[in-house]
Amino acid sequence: MNFFVILEGVIAFFLIAGGIFAFIGSLGMAHLRDFYMRLHGPTKATTLGIGCILISSMLYFSTTQGEPIIQEMLITLFLFITAPVSAHLLAKTGLHLKLKHVPKTLGKPVELYREEVGEKPVPHPER
Amino acid sequence: MLDIALKISITLILMSILLNAYRLTVGPDMPDRILALDTMYVNSIALIVLMGLWLNTKTYFEAALLIAMLGFISTVAVCKYILRGDIIE
Repeated sequence: MNFFVILEGVIAFFLIAGGIFAFIGSLGMAHLRDFYMRLHGPTKATTLGIGCILISSMLYFSTTQGEPIIQEMLITLFLFITAPVSAHLLAKTGLHLKLKHVPKTLGKPVELYREEVGEKPVPHPER
Repeated sequence: MLDIALKISITLILMSILLNAYRLTVGPDMPDRILALDTMYVNSIALIVLMGLWLNTKTYFEAALLIAMLGFISTVAVCKYILRGDIIE
């Protein structure tokens, strides 16, 4: 077993894992029934998938060409910082527009009172 | 081995971009479309990295970095527009 054969196997494993994770994220976004459910797929699975693909690219280029791997590190850093921020903004947008959700999706916006969601108002909510 | 893995990965990423395009066209509300576009940016970055692996060059990675930055900025801009009615207050 040569060293480069093992390294090629590791790179191939990371490539296929990244593709499968990105596909699972997009499948969840296309298939699920609710915006709050759909938000889960791309923000977690797709980020993990592109992380795997960038790891494989780092391994390949640092082995074959011996160059520094600054660009992949920058892309990874930027994507992993900005994915939660955009997910938070999208969730705030969905709560602001009061999108319909299926009854299985539990919870409601915390900044809304009960009469705004459509339930009976509570006389003294502090007690 | 690397060629077969690269072909499988490119096929999976292309299928996920097609699913993003489906959600972008039929998405019932505005945040669904923004989410689909944001995911499409990320998948296109993955496709550019895979193209760099296929052609054995690092030329196109600056384009991937630019797409990452501009995709995040456009997502934030559209979300702020829906939330506040204005982008820069």
